[in-house]
Amino acid sequence: MEEFIQSRFNYWIYVILMMIGLWGMIAKNNLIKKLIGMSVFQTAIILFYVSVAVKSENSSIPILPHHGHDYSPRAAAAHATHGRATSSEDLEDHHQDEHPHVRSHNGHGQHDSKYTNHAPKVPKADNYANPLPHVLMLTAIVVGVATLGLALAISQKIYREYGTLEEDELLEKVRAEDDV
Amino acid sequence: MMKKLAGIVVFMVGLLLFYGVSNVDDFPGWGDPDSPANASPLSQYFITDTIKDSEVPNMVTAVLADYRGYDTMFETVVIFIAGIAIFAVVRVSRNNSPVCGGNKDDEPDLIITTTCRLLVPVIQIFALYVLAHGHSSPGGGFQGGVIMGASFILVAVAWDLDTALGRFSEKAAIACAGLGIIIYAGFGLASMFYGKEFLNYGITHKLLPGVASPEMARYYGMLGVEVGVMFTVTSVMFLIYGLLSTRGRMSGGL
Repeated sequence: MEEFIQSRFNYWIYVILMMIGLWGMIAKNNLIKKLIGMSVFQTAIILFYVSVAVKSENSSIPILPHHGHDYSPRAAAAHATHGRATSSEDLEDHHQDEHPHVRSHNGHGQHDSKYTNHAPKVPKADNYANPLPHVLMLTAIVVGVATLGLALAISQKIYREYGTLEEDELLEKVRAEDDV
Repeated sequence: MMKKLAGIVVFMVGLLLFYGVSNVDDFPGWGDPDSPANASPLSQYFITDTIKDSEVPNMVTAVLADYRGYDTMFETVVIFIAGIAIFAVVRVSRNNSPVCGGNKDDEPDLIITTTCRLLVPVIQIFALYVLAHGHSSPGGGFQGGVIMGASFILVAVAWDLDTALGRFSEKAAIACAGLGIIIYAGFGLASMFYGKEFLNYGITHKLLPGVASPEMARYYGMLGVEVGVMFTVTSVMFLIYGLLSTRGRMSGGL
């Protein structure tokens, strides 16, 4: 049982947050409380997406280590030609002119023996978290802030017009206006 | 009565979600590398080939600004539209509305203003760092833009909104919000001038001097569109704060 709870802990929290958010949106009478519920609901979805992106325990954030340019094909080729003592960035332009097809050489490795020793490492998909859900949530968070701002602006306007944010009082006032 | 009904609905939804998530046969386990989301060829391609395609070590930025360039462009447009909509909904003219907020004669606190004077430049430099280093460390246009917007909001909180508007006026904010999208779409159009698709930055190495390869052109193209995103996000965040905190008067405030 403990194992079962722990193995899907993020998903339990996501379900609970989603229920709280849904309760806030449906049951609460105050418009601001409804918006708070909406934000909680949004957070639950973000948690769900990020949890889906997780891989096994040895996977890392989706950013390659790049101090030695280990994974960069062009930098690896530059190292092969000019030696490790020279900065690869300085020579990139020059190098490109000489070998415009340096990438394909590296990809196959057999064409030119001097590239084979320094062929770039290809990142293993299992070692990094799935980047796609992170991207989706990155934009969703900022857009969420902007749309929440719009919702608050509309609530502010409603309060200025009717002097209340309680839904039932608002309905009464709107109906009274319609009757006139 | 309504609350009971709402409770039943929430409970039913929760029960369904609990069932769906706990179903071991259908729902992939925690951190399963073979789950459909993680094992899809697309997400594996992003991890293995991003560095080959664009020299960007941060896959999230590469996917955001290049592979999913259209998505990010229209997200930026959504933010811009939200900013304009807030402006349209709550903005009132200064003259015919009641005064709100604190007493304008209050001098801002010396300790607070001095601290902010020291902090704001550091925050803004950090925002630019987050933007410019977004390719190789966590960061990018959205994050940098929010931090930059927070620096203006800090000025508005510490002094008052008029001081902040002196630094970054309302007109400038709206213009910058539009400018960001123009920058983003401009990079897309620039690649069309060379006969490639919209937002295919690889071709802009013919345009940018000193950029030798299509891969590096992608790298700098992404930086360019992130700058555009930052312009929009910064000004919209500041506009949202300014408009909401003063009930649309854009003066005085908290």
